Amino acid sequence: MRDKLDRIDRPDQSHFFASLDDAVLDEVDVVDETAAPASLWQDAWRNLRRRPIFWVSAVLILSAVVLAALPGLFTKTDPMFCELTRSLDLPEPGHPFGFDKQGCDIFARTVYGARASVVVGVLTTIFVALLGSIVGAIAGFYGRWFDSLLSRITDIFFAIPLVLAAIVVMQIFKQYRGILTVVMVLAVFGWPQIARITRGAVMSVKNSDFVTAAKSLGASRFATLVRHVMPNALAPIIVTATVSLGSFIVVEATLSFLGIGLPPDKLVSWGADIAKASRSLRDQPSILFYPSGALALTVLGFIMMGDAVRDALDPKARKR
Amino acid sequence: MSRDTFVLEPAVEPDGSEKPLLRIRNLDVSFTTSTGVVNAVRGANITMYRGQSLAIVGESGSGKSTTAHAIINLLPGTGKVTGGSIEFDGRELVGASEKDFVGIRGAQIGLVPQDPMTNLNPVWSIGFQIKEALRANGIATGRAADKRVAELLAEAGLPDAGRRAKQFPHEFSGGMRQRALIAIGLAARPQLLIADEPTSALDVTVQRRILDHLEGLTDELGTAVLFITHDLGLAAERAEQLVVMYRGQVVESGPSVKILSDPQHPYTQRLVAAAPSLASRRIQSAKARGVTTDEVLAVTHGDGVNPSRGELLRVEHLTKVFEIRGAGKGEKEFKAVDDVSFTMARGTTLALVGESGSGKSTVANIMLNLLQPTEGKIYFEGTDLHSLGKAAEFAFRRRVQPIFQNPYGSLDPMYSIFRTLEEPLRIHKVGDAKSREKRVRELLDMVALPQSTMRRFPNELSGGQRQRIAVARAVALAPDVIVCDEAVSALDVLVQAQILTLLNDLQAELGLTYLFITHDLAVVRQIADEVCVMQDGRIVEAATTDEVFDDPRQDYTRELLAAIPGASLDMFGAA
Repeated sequence: MRDKLDRIDRPDQSHFFASLDDAVLDEVDVVDETAAPASLWQDAWRNLRRRPIFWVSAVLILSAVVLAALPGLFTKTDPMFCELTRSLDLPEPGHPFGFDKQGCDIFARTVYGARASVVVGVLTTIFVALLGSIVGAIAGFYGRWFDSLLSRITDIFFAIPLVLAAIVVMQIFKQYRGILTVVMVLAVFGWPQIARITRGAVMSVKNSDFVTAAKSLGASRFATLVRHVMPNALAPIIVTATVSLGSFIVVEATLSFLGIGLPPDKLVSWGADIAKASRSLRDQPSILFYPSGALALTVLGFIMMGDAVRDALDPKARKR
Repeated sequence: MSRDTFVLEPAVEPDGSEKPLLRIRNLDVSFTTSTGVVNAVRGANITMYRGQSLAIVGESGSGKSTTAHAIINLLPGTGKVTGGSIEFDGRELVGASEKDFVGIRGAQIGLVPQDPMTNLNPVWSIGFQIKEALRANGIATGRAADKRVAELLAEAGLPDAGRRAKQFPHEFSGGMRQRALIAIGLAARPQLLIADEPTSALDVTVQRRILDHLEGLTDELGTAVLFITHDLGLAAERAEQLVVMYRGQVVESGPSVKILSDPQHPYTQRLVAAAPSLASRRIQSAKARGVTTDEVLAVTHGDGVNPSRGELLRVEHLTKVFEIRGAGKGEKEFKAVDDVSFTMARGTTLALVGESGSGKSTVANIMLNLLQPTEGKIYFEGTDLHSLGKAAEFAFRRRVQPIFQNPYGSLDPMYSIFRTLEEPLRIHKVGDAKSREKRVRELLDMVALPQSTMRRFPNELSGGQRQRIAVARAVALAPDVIVCDEAVSALDVLVQAQILTLLNDLQAELGLTYLFITHDLAVVRQIADEVCVMQDGRIVEAATTDEVFDDPRQDYTRELLAAIPGASLDMFGAA
């Protein structure tokens, strides 16, 4: 050990202590009772409220949902009522976007198109989230051969391109075309991403000390999974689901664009309208703008919401 | 290699006295956060001379690391020096340009960072990373650099340095990595070496060897060392000068010996009183403190609350073998626990001491019935634990409860404190909603937290408070045994002392039996009645705490004892 006594009396190194007057020592480790209690969700909500991106996407999503639920509030015109005499007519009072080649009112079609997109997006996401998180949770939590088997199945489905598979299957079920068919087809091929995310999240949570603590309290494995593991793995699932909601809307539009999505004689779809508009692109390019603009804004809304929610739920990924 | 170039003539002040190497005057550092400006350091004064060693001591958040980082302009995020001066070797560093600092860092002031696991780049060889330090400071290039790298590694105490230089960080143990980081820190022969908690992530015996080596090396080179540590014992043992920081202010500074023997500031007094490495006896419970001295002396060890000191738990020839996945032939098995036997008497504390990898946590998991032993039996009140049926196992869960090390991981962040504490009662169907709430309030009182805490969530509580909640959860079902797996290791000294006292009081009040698993012998002395020292899965020594501390039989135990920071400070040793 160093000889500590040889040169202790140098300038500025003598024994100094702060004045005892301002030495207000707190009790060791007291609870701050002034702040309002807040759960992680409340914290995330407080954080979310401060983000402009959240409000912008919330407005976009809300408008799409209102259009989908109550299209009659915005237009009295029947989108299926088309008169060839009005083909490609320009905008006029009562018909602010003008008419397409078949003489249908573009504004009415844009408004009514929201329903197909929103319903397909939301329903598909619900099914995908349920299927994906159940498969992912079982694989991640129980491990062993469950995991090997389910992970391989997930990999197989992951390797199938969503759009391609949907085209093939929709081709087979041509006569049953409708919203539910599209939703089912997308759900069957769309779940692997959520399954993978859930499996990873569950695996990282299941080794936490609080899960071990619950086990040593005598909680059953299933109860631990449902009560402790899943709530803590929920954040990444919500984020992925929100972002993929946007992409399911895009796939529905793609299928309808190709003419194998929703039946054009029964349902209005932005995808089908984009396909029709592209044929009269040279005569009147503005026709293309309305359905594709509406589609882009809706998808943008969900993707931005996913981003905002991710930042709010995961402080580590937050941009500085 | 000639070292005499590094011996510097002491610069002299106009009045003839020696000029300090580092003079910090009224230093203010602040951070801008979303909630406003936080003054992390306020008016700090520190003076260091050439070749001297100085330690800044304080709990987390006291501003000790911030002060050190301000010296080399490596403040994280929005940190800024807002006032005062830092004079290094006659140069003012506050307001110096980044270009100046590039010349100073490494060449004049070296840094040994805290965590050896993350401070080496995993994709480059150790040699390359040391060479980088040499090249950046313009010391050597090409073949000369390779030769110098080997010299530096050898000097840092790594044998076979030439081969070691070609290895990658993952091939090194924690201690070896820290030696490599020391080699990097000293590569350019700086006048000042800042060591930020250099060994807090390492086992005690490794810590001691590395600090001994660092001390020898810097003595030889004449390098001044600035330690940053939370451990008062370590600071006092390794540094001539101490600076105690509390909430961003220097509350006491001066020669180590003087501060330890005669602390003036109440905070320092608190620290000295709480430092486990300096304390020498078992904490007394509140109950025992009320008892007269004779009675306390009459009890041989512990507080002797429960008169029936019968055997509660007996572990016989416990062995646990793990299979190593992907290992080569003949190496497929790893014996984590090897023929471990001990007994625990009701109302006492048995400490299981060992370094990382000694198998102590595996024993804990087997005790909690979370892991099946390969061989051996555990008898709980005479019944074999692992022969229990489902219902009996469920009942057993009530009687043995764990407390874990990491206070940030052991509480479900989605659960309010009320739900966390109610969960054990609900699982075992104890009482109705009303009586459960009453019990939760009782539990909070028991661990000295306000009852309003039950509406809060873990993320609003400090580490020590969370650990108290974990204690409350563990005692909720009135268990017989609590397995504390490094339960106080992650806490600041004062909070640690508080939790230890709490555990001890609860033991006296409720007649609890503790299996206390720790790497820290200093803590053992404060709480344990009996000690089992584990090494490589075996118990190498088992005796009462007094016997182990006064008369250790095994070399390994002696080494562990000597490695307690502050153990060599005899001023408190035998008191």
